[in-house]
Amino acid sequence: MAARQAPTLAASDGITRSAAPDAETAPGPLAIRGMTIAYGEKPAVFSVDMSITPGSMTAIIGPNGAGKSTLLKAALGIVPALSGTVTVFGRPIGEMGRRIAYVPQRASVDWDFPARVQDVVAMGLYRELGLLGWMRPRDRERVRDCLERVHMAAFAGRQIGQLSGGQQQRVFLARALAQDADLYLLDEPFAGVDAATEAAIIGVLTALRDAGRTIVCVHHDLSTVSAYFDHVFMINVSRIAEGPVATTFTAANLQATYGGRLLAAQIRDLGLGDVPRPDAPCPAPLRS
Amino acid sequence: MSAEFVQLSLVPLLIGTLAAMACAVPGNFLVLRRQALMGDAISHVVLPGIVAAFLITGRVSTWPMMLGAAGAAVVAVVIIELIRRIGRVEPGAAMGVTFTAMFAGGVLLLEQSDTSAVHLDVEHALYGNLESLVWLAADGWASLGDRAALADLPPELLRMGMAAALVLALTALFWRPLKIATFDEGFARSQGIPVRLLGFGLVVVAAIAAVAAFDAVGSIIVIAMFICPPAAARLMTNSLERQLGWSMVFAALAAILGYVLAGYGPGWIGSPHAVSASGMIATISGLILALACLFGPARSRLSAPSEP
Ligand SMILES: Nc1ncnc2c1ncn2[C@@H]1O[C@H](COP(=O)(O)OP(=O)(O)OP(=O)(O)O)[C@@H](O)[C@H]1O
Ligand SMILES: [Mg+2]
Repeated sequence: MAARQAPTLAASDGITRSAAPDAETAPGPLAIRGMTIAYGEKPAVFSVDMSITPGSMTAIIGPNGAGKSTLLKAALGIVPALSGTVTVFGRPIGEMGRRIAYVPQRASVDWDFPARVQDVVAMGLYRELGLLGWMRPRDRERVRDCLERVHMAAFAGRQIGQLSGGQQQRVFLARALAQDADLYLLDEPFAGVDAATEAAIIGVLTALRDAGRTIVCVHHDLSTVSAYFDHVFMINVSRIAEGPVATTFTAANLQATYGGRLLAAQIRDLGLGDVPRPDAPCPAPLRS
Repeated sequence: MSAEFVQLSLVPLLIGTLAAMACAVPGNFLVLRRQALMGDAISHVVLPGIVAAFLITGRVSTWPMMLGAAGAAVVAVVIIELIRRIGRVEPGAAMGVTFTAMFAGGVLLLEQSDTSAVHLDVEHALYGNLESLVWLAADGWASLGDRAALADLPPELLRMGMAAALVLALTALFWRPLKIATFDEGFARSQGIPVRLLGFGLVVVAAIAAVAAFDAVGSIIVIAMFICPPAAARLMTNSLERQLGWSMVFAALAAILGYVLAGYGPGWIGSPHAVSASGMIATISGLILALACLFGPARSRLSAPSEP
């Protein structure tokens, strides 16, 4: 399954291109084996394998409480796993932190902190600047550029708590962009974001993907999966399916992921054909 | 007049200002981390360390005492962690237990040992002895260039100056990770910042400032300066860098105004007695905070409906 090679973009998008990943030999950007995580007695994520294709844009979909956020956090080592291994570009996560950027579903920060929007985005440069590196004019330029890409440049001087929820989410996306990572893990970047901003964000993410970066997004809007993503990972505590959208995002798999919660009519609206009856043979995957 | 000023007021003014600024700088982070009372707590925790240092060296001297204080801070943090982990109680409770227990231990140690030769007494602990730090060898501004006179400067000045320089240097060095870890701990971890170690280092730096200032100006100033200038500065700006600048200005202003008012203020209203400089400095810092609450440009956020 080769990553989709999209036409190259104009050079003005502010992204440096990494060499085209060789899917055959290069270790995958994110590989999870046998991951089980439990907060209490019942596992939130059970024995999940995940293998993200280099240079792909993957949607993680599943119902509320399916363990999507938990899986991302465990991949980052934020929550401890009962069992399982995570490798990032073939190495343990601890060595690879520099190459990953993560935007949580809901940032848990001190909203009253004396930090303006531009200060928060500049924190994304920490790995580069280190303890004492000065912010040079071109670093400021980069902060500004990241804010422009998420349509937040007009708010650069605003205190971070004095923004709407959707605006705050965009600031943290801008901080992730400033990190200039190779693997982006985003937990519902479109939640609470208006249509114009959603289009802008998907443009930014697509440009990153086309530049060879790998994007993994927890995503709830099933109607845009085919339009936005090339790969999909379906989870409901266990992994249901994983692969290219064209072959994996099927009515049967959706039914298995969402169970009775997703009505047959909703699946039909996605243009994926009829829901199979449990006893009927699985139909050939339908293209959207 | 100028000779008298250099002799009697210059050194206390300098020490007061340095002490206030040394406490205000780490105070910015303590206030933002909702650990403002850490300053108070530290002055409790370090007592057994100071007494132990005194018992070992047999003298009241700053550096062994600072080592003892820093050691006590380390012990305190370890005990708090242990209580939290083993007892599974909330951090506030673990801190409260540790601080009071260590303070009580310090008092016991003090009572059991022969420290009567030193003035480790309550009055000294609260108000310090700022007014007594005079430079008798000076006879005017020219003395600043006179080696013999300089050698007679109160040693507290050099100690306080070095402690202030150390606090400033460490804060500058770890400014960026401290800022990130205080704002967003999860992100700080993901960036490889040793969050716990940094929080611990902050407490140690605060302890250094507290102990040095405690020696010269007493614990009233320590507590007031950890909290008032940073809290007032927060109301002036939404940028942490500018907040630091404001807090240092406020700290210096409180120290200078407080000292001058304590010395001359009572005379202006016809009273022959000067009041405690430390007490006045703390009062002025409280007044500055009150003014900032009323007029600070960044105070609107307090009444604004908060975003979840
Ligand atoms: N901190 C926590 N403590 C205890 N249980 C938790 C915690 N976080 C999540 N859970 C539980 O783990 C399960 C998976 O949660 P998770 O947040 O991963 O779901 P999700 O797929 O991201 O859902 P959503 O679509 O609502 O974001 C849920 O049943 C949830 O109740
Ligand atoms: Mg979630």
